[in-house]
Amino acid sequence: MAAIDTHIPVNLITGFLGSGKTTLLQRLLADPALADTAVLINEFGEVGLDHLLLQHVDEETVILQSGCICCTIRDDLSRAVRELHAKRDAGQVPRFTRLVIETTGLAEPAPIASTLTADPVIRHHFRLSNIVTTVDAVNGALHLAQNPESVQQVAAADRIVLTKTDIAEPAAVEDLRAKLTSLNPTAAVIEAAGDGIDPDQILVRDIQDRKGKRAEIKRWLAAMPHDHNPRTPDDGNVNRHDRGIRAVCLTFEDAIDWTAFGIWLTMLLHAHGEQVLRVKGILNVPGSKTPVAIHGVQHVVHPPVHLDRWPDKDRRSRIVFIVRDLDPAAIETSLAAFNRLAGTQTWAA
Amino acid sequence: MCSLCGVLGPAGHWSDRASNPRAFKNDDAALTPRRERLHRVAILNRVLAPYGIKVSDWQGSAYLLTTRTGRTEVVDHLQAIWPVAEAMTKRACDPLDPALLGAVTRT
Repeated sequence: MAAIDTHIPVNLITGFLGSGKTTLLQRLLADPALADTAVLINEFGEVGLDHLLLQHVDEETVILQSGCICCTIRDDLSRAVRELHAKRDAGQVPRFTRLVIETTGLAEPAPIASTLTADPVIRHHFRLSNIVTTVDAVNGALHLAQNPESVQQVAAADRIVLTKTDIAEPAAVEDLRAKLTSLNPTAAVIEAAGDGIDPDQILVRDIQDRKGKRAEIKRWLAAMPHDHNPRTPDDGNVNRHDRGIRAVCLTFEDAIDWTAFGIWLTMLLHAHGEQVLRVKGILNVPGSKTPVAIHGVQHVVHPPVHLDRWPDKDRRSRIVFIVRDLDPAAIETSLAAFNRLAGTQTWAA
Repeated sequence: MCSLCGVLGPAGHWSDRASNPRAFKNDDAALTPRRERLHRVAILNRVLAPYGIKVSDWQGSAYLLTTRTGRTEVVDHLQAIWPVAEAMTKRACDPLDPALLGAVTRT
């Protein structure tokens, strides 16, 4: 298996209809640092994109036997990515070092993440870098209230880019920011209005990036309140987001057995994968002196990430789940019970 | 293939330490793929005992799931165990099920 950091990073840009995905992409691609970026888009919108490595993807989906929405394999996307890579290898297109996929406004991000990990050819050459979700500051609150797709897109995000803040009421922008943070406290919220937009911050500095890893982990941990377990970051907030989606922060005093954790999480995602919108955290794992970072989107769990050191003095395992209609206490009790199973098992020689 | 224990090359699943050596750089060298696998099978047997399923390792490359009536299925990787176990027992495999947690805690 090729080392993960030799894989071509893939950024997924999603966001509700009219939220400014293509405009954001257009601005990002204007940066010379992203000149060697290939782009796949689902639909041509009103904003024209003039980029050397631009390809259109048709909608075509194949459902896996499990029938789960988030395990839908986008056959068209899979084919497009493989063809693009073949052309790159054959020298028919420049040797791009990054791929950006822009989804349709109604797309759920999880099937695309699923496609990148399910296809053996693709997963040996590409890795999902991060999910960037654009939210329109003028209409974003309405979209969140009325469209489940919009909520899914925000919950799945690593970066939330607020667009049109220059024409929105400042108070409305602040309210929207609070809603977004409540829904997904681990994502960075970045305003796109104004002259400067930093591709590094939005696309490059992900959990696999050597320079971005520490900041990413710190952002995850900042989302986790101390000394209250389990809880949601907006406990006590009367404006708690509806639709039963909440971020749940769990802290475990005991080290977490990696094998037991793998069994538990695969079983949880099998039973409730569509309700576990995101998982992010660091684990204190027996046999490893430093923590291991984990992150996933619905049924898709990414390979664990090594951290060179603990981000702070706290040596506890800390995990954020963004879940829909799941009881935080039940999640905590269940993981603790599985972890105890490992403690009672002797490692066979 | 691991030259020490004969386990075939990593399947690439995120839950395998052996498939993710970069994530576990400081690991104790004694945690071989074989030991990891046997440890996983031991825990799986605790979890699946309430369903009447026994799990065993097959050549370090697959898992055998066997019911009390002797029905056996071969499963390639960890994630695939749960739908197969459900199909074999007609019971939902849910780690949040209080009955399951009670059963595994008692055993």
